[in-house]
Amino acid sequence: MIFDFLKAFVCGGLICVVGQILIDKTKLTSARILVLFVVAGCILGGIGVYEPFVNFAGCGATTPLPGFGYLLAKGVKEEIDNSGAIGIFTGGLKSSAGGISAAILAGLFCAVVFQPKSKK
Amino acid sequence: MNHITVTSNEFLKMVEKSSPKSNIFTNCLKAFFSGGLICGAAEIYFYFLENHLTISKEQAGLLVSATLIVIAAILTGMGIYSKLGKFCGAGTIVPITGFANSMASPAVEFKKEGFILGVGAKMFAVAGPVIVYGVLTSAIVGIIYFIGSKL
Amino acid sequence: MNYKKKGTQTIIFSEPIKISSAASVTGPKEGKGPVAKEFDVVLSDEYAGADSWEKAESLIVEKTIKIVCEKASLTKDKIDFALAGDLLNQEIGSAFGYRESEIPFIGLFGACSTFGEAIGLGSCLVDGRFAENIIASASSHFCAAERQFRFPLELGSQRPPTSTWTVTGAGAVVLSKNTKGSGAFVTGATFGKIIDLGVKDANNMGAAMAPAAADTVLAFLRDTKTDPQTFDKIITGDLGYLGGELFLDILSKEGINISNYTDCGIEIFDKKTQDTHCGGSGCGCSATVFCARFYPKLVSGEIEKVLFVPTGALMSATSSQQGETIPSIAHLVVVEHRR
Repeated sequence: MIFDFLKAFVCGGLICVVGQILIDKTKLTSARILVLFVVAGCILGGIGVYEPFVNFAGCGATTPLPGFGYLLAKGVKEEIDNSGAIGIFTGGLKSSAGGISAAILAGLFCAVVFQPKSKK
Repeated sequence: MNHITVTSNEFLKMVEKSSPKSNIFTNCLKAFFSGGLICGAAEIYFYFLENHLTISKEQAGLLVSATLIVIAAILTGMGIYSKLGKFCGAGTIVPITGFANSMASPAVEFKKEGFILGVGAKMFAVAGPVIVYGVLTSAIVGIIYFIGSKL
Repeated sequence: MNYKKKGTQTIIFSEPIKISSAASVTGPKEGKGPVAKEFDVVLSDEYAGADSWEKAESLIVEKTIKIVCEKASLTKDKIDFALAGDLLNQEIGSAFGYRESEIPFIGLFGACSTFGEAIGLGSCLVDGRFAENIIASASSHFCAAERQFRFPLELGSQRPPTSTWTVTGAGAVVLSKNTKGSGAFVTGATFGKIIDLGVKDANNMGAAMAPAAADTVLAFLRDTKTDPQTFDKIITGDLGYLGGELFLDILSKEGINISNYTDCGIEIFDKKTQDTHCGGSGCGCSATVFCARFYPKLVSGEIEKVLFVPTGALMSATSSQQGETIPSIAHLVVVEHRR
């Protein structure tokens, strides 16, 4: 348990460090970082590299955004195995539907409840 | 001559030389610990769901993501996430919480422009491209995988 | 015909134009900075009683023009024209701020150089006897500008160390045909050229605008064959720490050394405690700091003669996204104390 925590902590932390270096060195906006990481995770998931990493690091690999990309790739592969070519279209969003819906609903909830605030 | 004579190249070099630089080392340390902490906490929560509530691995994974997303969105609405983000940098951008923040922040910010073209449309200002290129990449992965499986 | 234009781009007015009054209204962050006590009104929150940032900016403008008229002991019907501008798309900050005023309105756009443009043009109108009293004003609002130019405020991103902080506030002056009495007078103006040395980074506006400020100051000094040491202060608008340094570097390459320099973006925030990185910016930056900090000293004679040079970056979110560089401009006015 402690070991699982440490593995997730270190692996997740290191992925964030890669993001930080990209922000500071290349002046990429956070939007571009997010896109880059999801696409990278999806490619790594596609070629089968990310899966063993997930098995090792657990939430350290699934919580950062490459994990979201990995989920898309994994979903596509599973759907193709189950239902053939149509899985190319349905697999990605099917596997990530929970996360996306959660983010949409949580965002809407916030828009109803909260007022925009200024930075100090 | 009534005009400054410095050339664009000379000037851009002057700018490069004088511009204050981000402190990459401390920024990376902050990103490492904050990002690591989010992932570590997710792991503990995941462990709890799987072993104590005997939820299947897949559902536990979804529940972890959903919980992180909801927490991040609420912290965004309360104006706390931007403060965390200022300190943690990539540590709060790269985890799934950063994705939730990128949707909740324009949703709150643009409510004055109405719920359709304000909240509804602007919510995807940052998250939209993430979904678009994520889906595109997954489709490409799928095509290659499909062809591979037929060979 | 004896033209009042000197050299390439400078105007020397035939009679000094009196600045009858000046007023400034700012947001709470500005009210915690080094200039806090000198502003006329410091609001307790950025909403200013409105329900959106944009409406708040207009309310700030409205308040400022009310105060500036009162201070000049003029009713609004005595004001011939208002020259005003801001940063919001289609200038809604000023337009909605003046909507109820019934003052003939001339909208200007010079990005953050607008206040210099307004004082310069207003002085021309007064000098040419087209008007007796003119209001020149400019405004900006941190929250409204951030969400127009960058990202939502709640997005958890880090501000780069070269970035500046848009001032929430408005400044206004009344320019009058009134050569009697002592006070602060506008005696000349130089309208700048658009200068673009290729800076692309929208988070480094100081660097983008520094060459424009240097170019306008150089043009003024050569047009009028003046020594920069004859001025007590040379005040740029919102170059901030980095831009200010680059401004001085460019001029020293031209053989002009300036020792009496300051920048409104440097004056308005405390670098150590207010976390504003390279300083303040926005139309409201030069407008509020000039009205609150320098105008009273020019009236009392504590400062005798200044060059006031608001600077502007003439880009938009669209041009930035299209990968364009940032064209910049600076307009200069000479303000002197007269007994």
